[in-house]
Amino acid sequence: MTIDVSSFTIVEARKLLDAKEISSVELTRAYLDRIDAVDGKVQALMTVTGDLALKQAKDADAAIARGEVAALTGVPVILKDVLCTKGVRTTCSSKMLENFIPPYDAGVVERLKARGAVIIAKANMDEFAMGSSTENSVYFTTHNPWDLTRVPGGSSGGSAAAVSAGEAPAALGSDTGGSIRQPASFCSVTGLKPTYGLVSRYGLIAFASSLDQIGPLTQDVADSALMLNAIAGYDPRDSTSVPQPEADYYGCLGGSVKGMRLGVPKEYFAQGVTPEVKAAVDAALKVYEDLGCSIEECSLPTTSYALAVYYIIAPSEASANLARYDGVRYGFSYKDTGSMWQAMEKTRGLGFGPEVKRRIMLGTYALSAGYYDAWYVKAQKVRTVIRREFDAAFEKYDALITPTAPTVPFKIGEKAADPFSMYLSDICTIPVNIAGLPGISIQAGFADNLPIGLQIIGKPFSEKTILNLGHAYQQNTAWHKRRPKL
Amino acid sequence: MELTKEEVLHIARLARLGIEDAEIDRLQGELSDILGHFTVLSQVDTEGVPPTAHTVAQCNVLGYDEPAPSLPTEEVLSNAPDRDGDFFRIHAVLE
Repeated sequence: MTIDVSSFTIVEARKLLDAKEISSVELTRAYLDRIDAVDGKVQALMTVTGDLALKQAKDADAAIARGEVAALTGVPVILKDVLCTKGVRTTCSSKMLENFIPPYDAGVVERLKARGAVIIAKANMDEFAMGSSTENSVYFTTHNPWDLTRVPGGSSGGSAAAVSAGEAPAALGSDTGGSIRQPASFCSVTGLKPTYGLVSRYGLIAFASSLDQIGPLTQDVADSALMLNAIAGYDPRDSTSVPQPEADYYGCLGGSVKGMRLGVPKEYFAQGVTPEVKAAVDAALKVYEDLGCSIEECSLPTTSYALAVYYIIAPSEASANLARYDGVRYGFSYKDTGSMWQAMEKTRGLGFGPEVKRRIMLGTYALSAGYYDAWYVKAQKVRTVIRREFDAAFEKYDALITPTAPTVPFKIGEKAADPFSMYLSDICTIPVNIAGLPGISIQAGFADNLPIGLQIIGKPFSEKTILNLGHAYQQNTAWHKRRPKL
Repeated sequence: MELTKEEVLHIARLARLGIEDAEIDRLQGELSDILGHFTVLSQVDTEGVPPTAHTVAQCNVLGYDEPAPSLPTEEVLSNAPDRDGDFFRIHAVLE
């Protein structure tokens, strides 16, 4: 049977697979055909693992025939190329890891495979997850499926664009300062950044360890919950993984949101948020009001300092994490020189792109003798103040509502020459990582056919609450059902 | 907030990051500009506020000292840029 997979959700695919109206091999082939048809335009994918995917699909069909069906059995999934995949090239979109083939799977990849998912491709990204547009990939720029002259956001821009373009029903990304939610907003998909510690970071190539978190990009909240069911859980190989009882995030959907208290922090509307984005958020708040939620403006006064905190802490951690790329054990290695130090400097100088170098330099400066207290320790103290403000807000509110990004997607090249203006595009998402909170971006409208996202922020480990709020919104609106024409 | 060329070179050396002459000027301007924006942090009163290193308060995370198989040598060396038998081959550390 010929099927149009471009707007399939996991839930819909599951129904067809379970009813045996389609096999996983047929479904996987349909997605591979879709990739063939559209990825030349979108350029979301770094590596397509067609043969491997068809083999996994065959195994999934055998499992379905035996009646051994898990939520993702036979469902194709895309992974951001920052996640280690055993035997499959993992580049981080960097020259440094051009030929790197990991000897192990990341914890989340193990979990997806254990639940029967079919890994169909690895997605393009900003190099080492540093960026807000996927223009920092050293290989190619991904295009926004809604307007190919615009960026898909970043750094999980390949994952977001791939789901938006219907190349798979779901993808995994990683979010350090908004790298799942901001591209979700730009590509009109649902993007969830879980609470820090809920999902294992084992095998996620490290950028800023106290901020990084893996999460799903999907077409709707229901699929996001299904993906979270699969990837959340304690992993002793990640010492920051938090022991939590496993929960059913999908099963909790559909609960009433009547009586929920929503705070709207005014500072998130002060920093470059366009009138179109504000209007979309206001319209979404009206939906929640009609559903019986109470809405109240509130204040988180230290929000305006979050960007500075982030761009001290994240580069500092990056400078330490990226010290491992010395050209000795794996990755690019420059050999044509005499001394060890020269070889190392050449390896790192030629192997890293401009944004990565900029952040290593920023971080090294902030951690260096004489500046450590004034920059790094000061940023960590302001981080405490920001977290305390969130804690106080969550004594009054069940969730906070903000825009995800201050604008609709910008043009490719528009901000490339001005790093600071690029940094501002994550201004609404960064505070959530600084405080380790969960946040979800859902589709909330369009301005001139360009997507707008709404962010719902919850207290730590309140994924059920924010998923339920997002789901309630999607039950009463249809923005998430609009697909780009490619 | 103005970084000097010497400071840029000093940071690059600390980071073991080879940068070309053209990059030095560019980084000097960009880093000065970015750090200039971030001097706003001094406006926040953090008297008596402890720094947050991690948002999840976990005490010492200890693992059991249980022997388990390590990666096979061949897999460990499979991504080596240069090798000699079962060893990584590198530049001389001491000359």
